[in-house]
Parts: sequence; structure tokens; C-alpha cells
Amino acid sequence: MSKQIGIEVSIACAEAAGLCDVDVVAAYPITPQTHIVEHLSEMVADGHLDAEFVPVESEHSAMSACIGSSAAGARTFTSTCSQGYALMSELCYIAASLRLPIVMAVANRALSAPINIWNDHADLMYARDTGWIQIIAENGQEVVDLTIQAFRMGEDPNVSFPVQVNLDGFTLSHMIEPLTIPDKADVDKYLPPYRPKLRLDPANPVTFGAVGMPDIYTEARKAQDEAFKNSLPYIEKAWDEFGKQFGRYYKPVETYKTEGAETIIISMGSISQTAMTAVDMMRAEGKKVGLTRIRLFRPFPAEALFAAIKGAKNVIVLDRVTSFAGGHVSGPVALEVKSILYDRKHHPKLRNFLVGLGGRDVTDQNFMEMVDQVAASKDDGVPVAYEFINVRE
Amino acid sequence: MAEFTKLIHKYLRHDKKFPHVWCPGCGNGIFLGALIRAIDRTGFEKDQIVIVSGIGCSGRISVYVDFNTLHTTHGRALTFATGIKLANPKLQVIVIMGDGDATAIGGNHFIHAARRNLNITAIVVNNSIYGMTGGQYSPTTPYGATATTALYGNIEHAFSIAELAAMAGASMVARGTVYHANLLDELIEKAIVKRGFAVVEVISHCHTQYGRRNRMGGAVDMLRWQKESAVKIDKAQTMTAEELTGKFTIGVLEDRDLPVYTHEYNKIRDAAKAMLAKAG
Repeated sequence: MSKQIGIEVSIACAEAAGLCDVDVVAAYPITPQTHIVEHLSEMVADGHLDAEFVPVESEHSAMSACIGSSAAGARTFTSTCSQGYALMSELCYIAASLRLPIVMAVANRALSAPINIWNDHADLMYARDTGWIQIIAENGQEVVDLTIQAFRMGEDPNVSFPVQVNLDGFTLSHMIEPLTIPDKADVDKYLPPYRPKLRLDPANPVTFGAVGMPDIYTEARKAQDEAFKNSLPYIEKAWDEFGKQFGRYYKPVETYKTEGAETIIISMGSISQTAMTAVDMMRAEGKKVGLTRIRLFRPFPAEALFAAIKGAKNVIVLDRVTSFAGGHVSGPVALEVKSILYDRKHHPKLRNFLVGLGGRDVTDQNFMEMVDQVAASKDDGVPVAYEFINVRE
Repeated sequence: MAEFTKLIHKYLRHDKKFPHVWCPGCGNGIFLGALIRAIDRTGFEKDQIVIVSGIGCSGRISVYVDFNTLHTTHGRALTFATGIKLANPKLQVIVIMGDGDATAIGGNHFIHAARRNLNITAIVVNNSIYGMTGGQYSPTTPYGATATTALYGNIEHAFSIAELAAMAGASMVARGTVYHANLLDELIEKAIVKRGFAVVEVISHCHTQYGRRNRMGGAVDMLRWQKESAVKIDKAQTMTAEELTGKFTIGVLEDRDLPVYTHEYNKIRDAAKAMLAKAG
């Protein structure tokens, strides 16, 4: 029987990894990821989890150790964020190209400088081109569920990619919420033991990570690209089967009150929950506003997103990162949305707002301001790539 | 105005950046006092000094002192400092790191900076734990001690930072404690004026994350532990290994004149120029 308990989301994330019988955890402390790793260390030390826990000397070493353990055939978990992610990023590309289904929880946090330990999506976007599957939680329950699903998705032989579970630092990681922790037997039913097609095995030696000369590199990259593209239905399958078994359903793109909406807001992560409250308030005032939440950022669910927003006259895209492209192109999420719309020759009025940077709150009032601003704006032919909101001049 | 208040007004951003983030009883405050007293004794102008710090509790010092300062990323303080020193060798570069900062995530830089022997002062405040992130064990957590990542005792063995620096080739190596505050002033002053890579390991305490968890008491008890465990280097030479068990030495552990990197750099540049001129 699953049980509902009041629990800190970080602790619940560690419990979820524990329910998946993870074999190796290699990590380095960084705020606000620490409780996830500390709790795993406690579970291993207390004998509740039969795993190897290695607190290494840096994040670079953490991901290196994870690659080694995953290549040896062990189910592998780590967690980091921000500067820690930046330091390990060299290895993250390699983990994806070696097709190693490592699962990593990222307690999303801003990047320096200035030094800032609070929440935004700088690390999530830093990781977007590495070839990892990126899934994003909105609340504590989703952190638990996505962590379990991540192993199932990544280890599916049709997928075989590492998975990044994104949870907003502090906003989610340090909250205590009433959460349903699934029963071990149910998780075992959902998640079969990890049986990699290839692993470092003295009886059948293989080489991982060899040199790819110009005569083969392009083919290797294309093969990886094809595999990543083809992973989408299996990610959806992992979600469908989770829904059938646990009664909580997940999709690459999720909508809230988008039926008949003139304006649709596109958001990711925990601010979506505030956005839903704001949508309710605006709907109560008779404004036709809806919300579309991106749950899967990589591989990007283009068809599902287009289907979710094509009926809207106005589209508001939120980005929680400054990408410094020079001011004349939009933030990373808006770029994806624009590219989908352009390819389909569909042109709603689209505005991109940069919000919630380095822990700045995004309130229901901010959502209302954005909606009003877009409704009142006239298309005078001058392109506006993006705007900051809730910022002092 | 008391002498030390004058120093506070001269060297700290006392009216802007305080109160500080440290726990009451933290050794960082004593170390900060020793640092500004030592700098004052050297007679350097404020603008000649650059303070570079890493990440961790001691890293906050670069915010509190009123010099040119650079607050860097975790483990990289010495590499930033290397760049500063190469760009302007006239600056007095003082690097402040924690034990995890200098010997875990930045361990590679620490040994190579010592080997390279730039004229940099490197101070490692060693509190035996990752304090700021919540008490995970670090490379200086003693064998058997408990931490949030070593609930039943640490199974790894600790680095001796000062000895590591000496073996890696530093020109000067000293160890002090925040209990022996007067000695600490002297060691830091000596390290700043030393030509070459000079390391001061400052034994401090984290009663919040380390002391409490290891039944070592509060800040006062941990200062007492430093008093009782530290042995002056001269005295240590007269003691047996058995007598020194559980103790650590303080004072100047190494002081030697080695070729300084910037000096060697100029020498090789001049030699190359001469060769090219001769070749015509």
C-alpha cells in the first residue's frame, strides 16, 4: 500500500530513488541539492538501501564516477545544480552519447555571477543541448513520480539515455508537502531490473567512448539524434503505464483551461501552480486565459505543444533564464515555440517575458499584468524579442 | 578609538556589509581579525592588496574587507589569483579558501600552484567539514568522525594541508589556530611578505556542523581543543611519535628560498630575446 506522509520534497526525492533500488550514488554537496544526497547517504548507512554511496571531491568527479558505474551496468543516481552542473557538464555530453541511463535530480538554481543560490532555470537551459532527457516537476508529488519514471524511461532499451529530473530549488526542494510515497512492490512491478544491452563485462569486453574520426563522427551524431528523436513515444509509454498503475497521469505537454482561451501562457516548473491560480482569477473576471505547461523539455514535444496552443490569438512564453543572445532574439523556451509556429505557418501574437530570475517571486498579479499587456499591445511592426517583468530600472 | 576599532574602520566594510553570516563563536571572525592586523603590520597600501576567495563560509571574507576583492567559484580561487598575479605581479595577492575548497574541488589547483611558486599568499581555513552546505565530510574530516554523509564514521583518511603544501613545493608553509591568535597574526604577516608561494593553514572550528555532531562541545570547547592539541614545532621536535599522537604542530613548518615563477618567466623571456637578437 502506498502511504501519504508529510515530507520534505528533497527527502521524498531520495526515497523515490531508493524505491528504485539504485546501485550507485556519486555526488558532491551544493545548495539546494544537499538534502537529496544526504538522505541517500543516510539510507545506505542505515542499511535501508543496498547501494554504494560515494561523496567524491567535485561534481566533475561525480558525473565521471556515474559514467563508470552506469557503464559497468549499475543503476546510477546523482544530484546537483547550478555551478555544480556547470562543472560536470563536460561529462554530461559523454553520458548521453554513451547512452547511459543515469538519473540526475537537478534542484534548479541560478548561475553566477552574481553568486546566487536561489531558483531559476539557468542550469536546466545549460543542459538543453547535452542529449539528456529533461523532465520538469511542478510540485513535490511530481518530483517523486518523475524520479521513478526517469529510471523506467532512461533504461527502456528503445531509449537508453540519461534523464534529468528538474525540481525548482528551495521552492520545491525545501518544501514539506503531503506526498504519496508508492509502495516498493508497486515500484518493482513498474520498473524492471536494469539489463543493459552493453556493459563493461570482463567476459565480453567492449570499449566505451573511443575516438570518432571525421569519417564516422557525423554518422555517430546522426545515430544519436535519431535515437533521441525516436525516444518520445517510449517516454510517453512510461508515463501512460505509470498512470494506469498509480492513477497519476503525465504528458509531455499539459494544459489548464485552454478550451476557448484567447490568451495562452506557456510555463515550466513550479510557477505553473501560481499561473493556474492566476488563470482561475482571470477566468472569474471573464478573461479567456489558459495555461500550457511544458513537462518534457528534451526531446521537445513540438506536435503536442502546437496542438495545445494553436487555437490562441495571444501566446505568452515565460523564460526563467537570461540567455544573452544580444537582445534581438527571444529566450530559449520562446525560441522553441517560435520555431514550431514558423514551421507551421501559424502566427499568433507572441510575447516572451523573462521572469523569476535568481529567486525573484512571480506572483498571480504578475501573470495578470502580462496578460493585460499582451491584450493591449498593438503589432506596430517593431519586433520585441523579450521583456523583463517585475524588474527595477 | 581603540586600536582595533581603527583597523576595523580602515580595513572592513563595517558600515555596509555587516552583520556577517557566520555563526556566533565561529573561528572566521578571529581569522578575519588576524588577517587585517597582519596586513596592517606589513605596511602595504590598501590598493596594493587583492583578496581572492572561493566558496564556503570563509569565502565571504572578500565581501567584508575593503580591498580589491574577487569572490570566485568553488575551488578556483587560486586559478583566478594566478591570472591576477601574472597580469600585474606588483599586486599582493592573498587567497582565502576553505578546506573543501582548497583540497577537494580545488585540490589540483592547490598542488600545482604550490609547485609553480608564484608570489601568492594562500590561506586555508580548515574547519574539518563542509560547513555552509550542511556538514558533509571533507578531505580534512578525521578518520572515524561523523558527518551528514558519514553517519557511522568517516572511512576516508584526512589530508594534512600544510604537509601537502610543503611536499608540493611551496616556499613557505605555516600552521596556526584561531585559538593562538597572536601567533596567527605573525604567521600571516610572514606569509604575506614571503617571496614565493606561502601557505598558512588556519585550524579553525565549526561547532555548528562538526563539533556538535562529534561531541566536541561548543565554540569555547573547540577553542580549548585547539589549545590542547596544538604543539609548537620546536617542541614537537623533542617529542616522540607516540607523544604526538592526536596532536598537530603549529608554527613555521617550511621556509625556503625557491625560484619565483614571475622571476623565472622574466629570465626565460630575456634569454629568448637575447637568442633571437643574436640570430639576427
